[in-house]
Amino acid sequence: MDFAWPLLRQLTGKDRLGRGQAVKSARTAALRARTSDADRVVKSVCPYCAVGCAQNVYVRDEKVVQVEGDPDSPVSRGRLCPKGSATLQLTTGPGRRYKTLYRPPGAADWQEIDLDTAMDMVADRIIATRRATWEWEHDGRRTARTMGLASLGGATLDNEENYLIKKLLTALGVVQIENQARVCHSSTVVGLGTSFGRGGATTFLQDLQHSDCVVIQGSNFAEAHPVGFQWVMEAKARGAVIIHIDPRFTRTSALADLHVPIRAGSDVAFLGAIINHVLENDLYFHEYVVDYTNAAAILSEDYRDAEDLDGVFSGFDAERHVYSDDSWQYEGTRIAPASGARDEDYGHEHPPGRGEVSGATGLPLDGTARRDETLRHPRCVMQVLRRHFARYTPEMVERVCGVPRALFAQVCRHLTENSGPDRTAEFVYAVGWTQHSDGAQFIRAASILQLLLGNMGRPGGGIQALRGHAGIQGSSDIPTLFNLLPGYIPMPHAHEHERMRDFLHADAPTKGFWANMPAYLVSLLKAWWGEAAQPDNDFHFDYLPRLTGSHSTYDTVLAQLDGTCKGYLLMGENPAVGSANARMQRLGMAKLDWLVVRDLNLIESATWWQDGPEIESGELKTAEIGTEVFFFPAATHTEKNGSFTNTNRWLQWHHQAVEPAGDARSDLWFMYHLGRIIKEKLAGSTDPMDAPLLDLTWDYPVTGGTAEPDAQAVLAEINGSDAAGRPLSGYAELRADGSTACGCWIYCGVYADGVNQAARRKPAAEQDWVAAEWAWAWPANRRVLYNRASARPDGSPWSERKKLVWWDADAGRWTGYDVPDFEVDKSPGYRPDPDAQGVAALSGIDPFIMQGDGKGWLFAPTGVVDGPLPVHYEPQDSPVANPLYGHQRNPARKLYPRADNRYHPSGNEPGASVYPYVVTTYRLTEHFTAGGMSRHQPYLAELQPEMFCEVSPELAAERGLVHGDWATVITARNAIEARVLVTDRIVPLHLDGQVVHQIGLPFHFGPNGLARGDAANELSAIALDPNSHIQEVKALSADIRPGRRPRGPALPELVRAYQERAGVGGGTGTEV
Amino acid sequence: MAFDLDEKLGDGRVGFFTDTSICIGCKACEVACKEWNAVPEDGLTFTGMSYDNTGGLSADTWRHVAFIEQRRPLGHQEPGVGGIDFRWLMASDVCKHCTHAACLDVCPTGSLFRTEFGTVVVQEDICNGCGYCVPACPFGVIGKRESSGTAAKCTMCYDRLGAGEEPACAKTCPTDSIQFGNLEELRERATRRLEQVREAGVASARLYGHDTGDGVGGTGAFFLLLDEPEVYGLPPDPVVTTRDLPSMWRHAGVAALALIAGVAAAAWRRRS
Amino acid sequence: MSQTDVRLDSTPGLRTEREATPGSAGRRRERLMMPEAGFDSYYGRPVLHEPTWQEPDIAGYLFLGGLAGASSTLAAAAELTGRHRLARVSKVAAVGALGGSFYALIHDLGRPERFVNMLRVFKVTSPMSVGTWILSLYAPQAGCAAAADLTGRFPALGRAAAVGAGLAGPAVATYTAALICDTAVPTWHDGFREMPFLFAGSATAAAGGLGMLAAPLSEAGPARRAALLGAVVECAAATRMERRLGVVAEPLKRSRLLRAGEALSLAGALAGITLGRRSRVAAMAAGAALLAGSACTRFGIFRAGMESARDPKYTVQPQRRRLAQTKAERELT
Ligand SMILES: Nc1nc2c(c(=O)[nH]1)N[C@H]1C(S)=C(S)[C@@H](COP(=O)(O)OP(=O)(O)OC[C@H]3O[C@@H](n4cnc5c(=O)[nH]c(N)nc54)[C@H](O)[C@@H]3O)O[C@H]1N2
Ligand SMILES: Nc1nc2c(c(=O)[nH]1)N[C@H]1C(S)=C(S)[C@@H](COP(=O)(O)OP(=O)(O)OC[C@H]3O[C@@H](n4cnc5c(=O)[nH]c(N)nc54)[C@H](O)[C@@H]3O)O[C@H]1N2
Ligand code: SF4
Ligand code: SF4
Ligand code: SF4
Ligand code: SF4
Ligand code: SF4
Ligand SMILES: [Mo]
Repeated sequence: MDFAWPLLRQLTGKDRLGRGQAVKSARTAALRARTSDADRVVKSVCPYCAVGCAQNVYVRDEKVVQVEGDPDSPVSRGRLCPKGSATLQLTTGPGRRYKTLYRPPGAADWQEIDLDTAMDMVADRIIATRRATWEWEHDGRRTARTMGLASLGGATLDNEENYLIKKLLTALGVVQIENQARVCHSSTVVGLGTSFGRGGATTFLQDLQHSDCVVIQGSNFAEAHPVGFQWVMEAKARGAVIIHIDPRFTRTSALADLHVPIRAGSDVAFLGAIINHVLENDLYFHEYVVDYTNAAAILSEDYRDAEDLDGVFSGFDAERHVYSDDSWQYEGTRIAPASGARDEDYGHEHPPGRGEVSGATGLPLDGTARRDETLRHPRCVMQVLRRHFARYTPEMVERVCGVPRALFAQVCRHLTENSGPDRTAEFVYAVGWTQHSDGAQFIRAASILQLLLGNMGRPGGGIQALRGHAGIQGSSDIPTLFNLLPGYIPMPHAHEHERMRDFLHADAPTKGFWANMPAYLVSLLKAWWGEAAQPDNDFHFDYLPRLTGSHSTYDTVLAQLDGTCKGYLLMGENPAVGSANARMQRLGMAKLDWLVVRDLNLIESATWWQDGPEIESGELKTAEIGTEVFFFPAATHTEKNGSFTNTNRWLQWHHQAVEPAGDARSDLWFMYHLGRIIKEKLAGSTDPMDAPLLDLTWDYPVTGGTAEPDAQAVLAEINGSDAAGRPLSGYAELRADGSTACGCWIYCGVYADGVNQAARRKPAAEQDWVAAEWAWAWPANRRVLYNRASARPDGSPWSERKKLVWWDADAGRWTGYDVPDFEVDKSPGYRPDPDAQGVAALSGIDPFIMQGDGKGWLFAPTGVVDGPLPVHYEPQDSPVANPLYGHQRNPARKLYPRADNRYHPSGNEPGASVYPYVVTTYRLTEHFTAGGMSRHQPYLAELQPEMFCEVSPELAAERGLVHGDWATVITARNAIEARVLVTDRIVPLHLDGQVVHQIGLPFHFGPNGLARGDAANELSAIALDPNSHIQEVKALSADIRPGRRPRGPALPELVRAYQERAGVGGGTGTEV
Repeated sequence: MAFDLDEKLGDGRVGFFTDTSICIGCKACEVACKEWNAVPEDGLTFTGMSYDNTGGLSADTWRHVAFIEQRRPLGHQEPGVGGIDFRWLMASDVCKHCTHAACLDVCPTGSLFRTEFGTVVVQEDICNGCGYCVPACPFGVIGKRESSGTAAKCTMCYDRLGAGEEPACAKTCPTDSIQFGNLEELRERATRRLEQVREAGVASARLYGHDTGDGVGGTGAFFLLLDEPEVYGLPPDPVVTTRDLPSMWRHAGVAALALIAGVAAAAWRRRS
Repeated sequence: MSQTDVRLDSTPGLRTEREATPGSAGRRRERLMMPEAGFDSYYGRPVLHEPTWQEPDIAGYLFLGGLAGASSTLAAAAELTGRHRLARVSKVAAVGALGGSFYALIHDLGRPERFVNMLRVFKVTSPMSVGTWILSLYAPQAGCAAAADLTGRFPALGRAAAVGAGLAGPAVATYTAALICDTAVPTWHDGFREMPFLFAGSATAAAGGLGMLAAPLSEAGPARRAALLGAVVECAAATRMERRLGVVAEPLKRSRLLRAGEALSLAGALAGITLGRRSRVAAMAAGAALLAGSACTRFGIFRAGMESARDPKYTVQPQRRRLAQTKAERELT
C-alpha cells in the first residue's frame, strides 16, 4: 500500500490515526546521518585544552562535515565539552578568515594582499630589522643575537610547529621567543621540577579513579577540564571524597563533597597549616618519608630559616631583591662545582626560569649529603620543616585565608585518613596556584605535603597539574621559551669566551640523569646544524644566541615601549586580551615598526590600531600609529598534521582531514617557507652573523598544492637518528660524540622503529587502564612518574590495593602495570659506591631519579630562587596585612614600576582602602582563554554573551550594585565595566575581624567577536614570580562601583583620580 | 484515555535518562545538539539567571541546561558558604518524547510523527508552520522557528539512530548525566539510582517522567531531579491535552446542535 | 566507609562513573524540606510556550469563522422560511467572513504555500485537521449558495448548498473552540466545557448582528432573536467558565475585552429586540454592537489564554493542587 497520499496510506494501513509510518515523508525516509555517509573519518585531537580529547573528523566532498569525540580514547571516552563540541564551527564557521591582510603605517584600514608578496615582505623586514639591531656583544660578553625581534605564541600550535619556530628564530639570533607557557604554568615547572625532578604532572587523568580523596585546589576542574573531570566522578563513584578549595563556589564545588572558600592568594598559609597538622600529629608516612624524601638530609650550619628572619631566608640581598642559595645547601654537598661560577650568574642576577630547567631533568647535586635517618638532628630537613611550619596554625588559616577552623579540620581529616600504605590522595591544581607573585611556592607547598603523606608515584596519588592549551605541554618541552632549549636544556648565558665544555661543566653535574646532558646537547646541535656541527668547532655551540638576564614576554613589552624591539611575530597568542596589563601590551605594539599576526580570526591583538580601547579613549590615534601590520590566516588542526602533547605528557597525533582554504596555511608552512625565503635571500652571504642560518638544516619534504612541509619528517628529526639516519628508540642511545642527532631528547622514542608512536590508537577497551598503546608519553612512555615509590624500599607493593610497579626478584627486574620509572634491573638493594658517577650514583631506593640525590625534596636546597621552603606572602596588591611575618610581599618578586604599571598600597599602608576588595580572574566552561577560539563562535558566544562580575549579596548591598545592571571595577592600571551577577556562590570572608569581599571576573572577554566586553586584564599589573616570571592575575585589589565606566578621556581621568586618592606613586608597593 | 488506542510503543522504544545529580552544567549537550542539527544561534543576551543565558527550550534550543542556586542543602555536602545552606543544581532539559504526545496528536499535517524508535519527530519538509503543536505541548518544548517558519524541536537525533549511533548530546556528555538507551532498561536503572542517591542522603531526589501512569503516559526522556519539577521550569503534573479531546468533541457537537436549534427556533415563525 | 574496589589488574571494561553521588561524604544531613508556601518557578519563566499565533490573524479567525458558520445557518433558516434578503446577506456575509478567515489562517502559517499539507491526512486527534476537513466540506457549499443566490442561476443547487452550509456552519463555528481548548494553555484548556457554547453563542450573536445590520427590518426578526439567544448563551457560558475555573479564570476575570464584549453583545441584542424592530438605524447600530461584541469576546478569550500561558503560576498551581488532591484521595482509600 504505497500510496503517495498519506491519507490513503492512513486509511489502508495500520496507522489509522495518522501518527506514525503513514505520514512519514519521502525525505524523512531518505534521511541519513552525515557521519554514516562520510567519505572518510580522520583521527584528530581537540585543539582547545590540554585534556587532549580524541576526535573523529568526518569528511565528505573534501569538506569537514562533523567533528565528534572518538570513543576509543582512554582519556575522553568519546566525550567532548562544549568547546570540543563546537570544533566544527571553529574550523568551518563564520569566524574564520581566509585572506591575507596588510595595514600600511598610518592607514585607517586593512587592504588585501597577495600571500606570496606578504611572505616576501615579512622576510625582508626580518632581515632588515635583524641587520639593524644585530648585537655581537653586550657589556663585553659575546651574545651574537638580535634584540630587535620577538615572537609570541605556541601553545595552540603543534610540537612540530614549535620546533621549527624555535629552530629558525634561534638560528636568526632571536632570543625573545615566548609562548603561553610563561603566563600559564611556568611556575609549575619550577615547583614540581625542584620537588620531584620533572616539571610535568606526575600522573594521568584516568588514574584519578584510583584515588580515595581528591583535593582540587587552585583549579576549577569541572569547568576548565570538563572531560577530564569524568575521572573525578569515577573516583567519587568508587567512594572517594572530593574536596574543592576555591574562592568561589563553582561548577566543581557543586559536585564536590566539601567546598572550602578561601581568600585568593592565601593557599600557602592553608597548605602550610596542613603540613603543620601532619607533622605535629605524626600523621606522615614514616617509612616513605625517611627513604624517599630528603627529610633526613642535614642542612649546612649557615642556613637561617624565614622563621628566624621574620619572613626572609638567609642569603637575601635586600639591595637587589635576590637570594644567594649558598647557605641553603645540605651539609657536605654543593649543587654547583666548586670551580667556576654557574653559567647563569650573569650580571649578578638570577634569571627567571632557571628552575624550569629542572622541568625534565631535576636538579644537579655534587657530593653526598649527611643524613640522620632518625630525623632527630636539629638541622635535618624534618626538624627544619617542623620549625618552619609551626606558626601555620588553624588560627592562622582563619586569619589569613578566612577559612573557619571546623572546615579546615575536615580537610585535614579527609586528607590524612585517605593517605597511607592502603590509601592515596591526589592533589589537582592549575592556574589558581601558578599565577601569583610566589606561584612556584604554592606548588612547592603541595609537593611537600604529598611527599609527607607518601602519595607520590602511587596510583590515585600524585599531583595533577592541569595544563592549559592543547599544545602547551609540548611548547614547554620543545620550548618556544627564551630560557630553554628543547628538552629543558638551558639556553646559554653570555660570557666572554665560552666553550660548550664550560657550559656543560657549569650546568651538568656528575650525579643523576643530568650527567648525560652533553649527549643531549650535542645531539641537538647536530640536529640543527648537521654536517656543519663538528667536534672541532664545538658543534657550533657558538651559533646559539646568548641570554643576558630575563627576556620573557613581559620584558619584551618593555623593550617594545623602549623602542629596542621593533618587529613582533604573534603566532597564536592574543596578548591584547590575555596578558597582564593589556593596555601596556597594546601601547608596546603601537611602538613597533612591524607586527605579524597569525590567527584564525581578527583578534584584538591584530586590530587594536583600528578599534582598540586606546583609540576610544583618545590615547592613541590610528593615523599616528606607524606600525605596519600583517595578518595571516592560520590553518586549523583539521587542516594539518601534527602532534599535541596533553597535560599528562601524552603526545597525540592529529591527522590532516582537508586542505586549508584561501590563504590559510599551517604555522609549519609559514615557518618553513619563511626560513626558505630568508635563506634564499641571504644565500652566499659571508657575513658571520648569517652563518648559523645558512648552515641550518632546513630541507623538509613538501607535499600538496600548497607545498606543505611534512610534519612527520619534523617529528622524525625531533625523535633523532643515528649516524646512518636510522630512528633512535630512546634517549639512552644518544651520544656526545656527534654520532647521533636529536631535536628533543625527552621525545626520543616517539618515532622509534620509524613508526609514529604518537599516532597509536589502540582502543581503550582493548587495553588496561594505563592504555600504554594509546599515543606515546614522555619520558619513555611512562604514565605515572616516580612509580618506583609505589613499592616499599624492598621492592614489594605498599599494599595489594595500591600496587603499581614492583620488583620481581626472580626475574631480577622491575615490573608492573606501568613502565617502571627506574632502571629496570637496578635491584632495591643496590647501593652506589661513594664515588659513583651519573645514574649509577643513585641507589635502589631513590625513586626520584632525576634529582641529584634521588630523593623527593621537602626542602629545596636550590632551584627555587625565592626560598627553599614556601612562605606565605600577600599578593602584590592586597587589602590584607600579612599577619605571619613582617614582610608583606614576596621580597624577591619581580616588579616593573612604570607610569602605566602602578601598584597599589596594601594591607595597613595608607591608601590601601581605596582599593578595598580582592579580585580574582578565571575561566568559564563556555569560553576559551583570550576568546579567539570561542567569542567568534556563535554556539559558544550565546552561552556566555557578555563580560560580567560575580559579587556576594553583601558586597552588592555595600556598594549598591544591582543584579543584571552594570558595575565598574577600578585599579591603578585601568577601569572596566561588567554586568553584575549577585550570587551566594561568593561569600564574604571573615578574617581577624576584617570582612574581605572578593570579586570574580572571567578573563575571556574583549571588544571583538560576538561575545564582548572589557578585558579583565586591563586591571592587572605586571608583577611577577621571580622564578618563572609568571604574572599575578589571580589575586589583586580593586574598587567596584555601580554603573558603566566613563568613555573617552574621562576613563583615564577616573583611573588617575583613584591613584591620587590612594597616593599611588612610583615607589608604591615596591618595598622588599 | 487519550487517542492512543493504536499507539503501541513496543520494545524498540529508546529514550534518555538524564541524571541531574551528576550534571556539571557544561552545556556540551547544548552545543553538540546545535552542531549536529545545525540549529541556529539563539540570541546573545545576558540573562542574569545564574549561568543560564539560554533561558529555555525553543525552536532554536533543543537542549537547555538549567542553573538553580538555592539556599538549601544537598545531601551531606558541605558547601562552605558561610552560615547558609547552599546548593547549585544543574539539569539538562530536552523534549520528553511523550508516550502520549500532544504535539503529535494535534499536528494537522502529519509533520510530527512517531518513529520506529518510539520518538516524536518533526518533518521539516511537511510542516506548514500552523503553530498548533507549540501551545499543545504541556512542557513548553516545541517552538516555531522564525527563519524557516516551521516547527522545530529535538528529534532524538533520528538520523543518527538510523545509523546505529547514539544522539549527539548523550554521546558528548562528559559525566554521562545524559544516558541514552532502551527505555525499559533506563527505567530500571533509574529506580536503582534513585535509591542510591536517597541512601546517600539526598532526600529531595525524585524521578520525573518515570511513571507510565502520569498524564502523558510517562516520558521517553525522563529525569532524576533534586527538587520539585517547577523549580527547573517543568510542569509538576503535565497532562496530554488530547486526553480531554473526546469530551471536547462532545461539547462542541452539542454546542453546534444547539446553534442549529437556536437559529431554527429564532426563525420558526414564518415571515409574517 | 568507602565502597572502593580499585582493580589495578588489567581488567578492561572501565566502569562508567554514573554511580557518583556528589555530596555523599560530607558531614551534614539534608533536612527534609517543608513544602514552601507560594510556588516555585524557574526565574518566573513560563513553563509553556505561548502560542505563536498572531492576534489579528487567529483571534480574527475565531471571530470570522464563527460569523461565517452561524451566518450560513441563519441563511439556511432564512431561506427555508422565505426571508430571501436575510438569506442573501447572510450567505454573502458567510462567504466574506470565510474568505477573511481563510486569509487569516493561511497568513498565520509559517509556510503559507504549504497550506495544502493540511489535506495530507485526516487526524481525529487534531481539531485543526478536523476543522480543515470541515471547512473543505463547508466552504464550497457556502460559496455555491452565495453564488447561486447572487447570480440567480442553479436555484435548486443553491438551495441545497445553502442547507448543506447551514448544517455544516455550526461545526465551523464550534470546532474552533475545540481547537483552542485542545492545547496546554491553562485558561483555554480548562474551559473546554463552556468554550464551545461560548463560541456558538458568540457566533450566533454575530451572525444575528450582521443580519440586523444588512437585512431589512421586515426580514430581520430571526436575526434579532438569534442575536439575543446567542448573546445570552455567550454570557452564561462565560460566567460559568469564570466560576468553574478557579485561579486559571483570573485572566478572564481581568479581561476588559471580555467585559466589553459581554456588554456590547447584551446591549446590542436587547437594543435589537426592542428599538431594532422599528428603526433601521437602531437595528444597524445594534447589529454593529453585536459584531463588535463578538469580536471583543474572541479577542478577549485569545488574550486571556496567552496571558495564562505566559505566567507559570497558571500552569503550576492547578497542577500542584491536582497532585495534592490525588494524594489525599489515595490516602483516604
Ligand atoms: N573552558 C575552558 N577551559 C580551559 C581554558 C579556558 O579558557 N576555558 N583554558 C585552559 C587553560 S589555558 C588553562 S591554563 C587551564 C586553567 O584551568 P584553571 O586553573 O582551572 O582555570 P581558572 O578558572 O583560571 O582558575 C581556577 C580556579 O582558581 C580559583 N582561584 C583563583 N585564585 C585562587 C587562589 O589564590 N587560590 C585558590 N585555591 N584558587 C584560586 C578561581 O576561582 C578558579 O575557580 O584551563 C584550560 N581549560
Ligand atoms: N587575568 C587573567 N589573565 C590570564 C589568565 C587568567 O587566568 N587570568 N590565564 C593566562 C593563561 S593560563 C593563558 S594560557 C593565557 C591565554 O591567553 P592567550 O594565549 O593570549 O589567548 P588565546 O585566546 O588562547 O590565544 C590563542 C590564539 O591562537 C589562535 N590559534 C588557535 N589555533 C591556532 C593555530 O593553529 N595557529 C595560529 N597561528 N593561531 C591559532 C586562537 O584563535 C587564539 O586567538 O592567558 C593568561 N592570562
Ligand atoms: S576543550 Fe579540553 S576537555 Fe573540552 S573537549 Fe577539548 S580537550 Fe576535551
Ligand atoms: S553535557 Fe552533560 S554534564 Fe554537560 S550540561 Fe549537558 S547534561 Fe550536564
Ligand atoms: S515534550 Fe512536548 S514536544 Fe516533546 S513529545 Fe511531548 S508534547 Fe511533544
Ligand atoms: S507547526 Fe508544523 S509540526 Fe507543528 S502542528 Fe503545525 S504542521 Fe505540525
Ligand atoms: S537527541 Fe539529538 S536532537 Fe535531541 S537534544 Fe540531543 S542532540 Fe539534540
Ligand atoms: Mo593557560
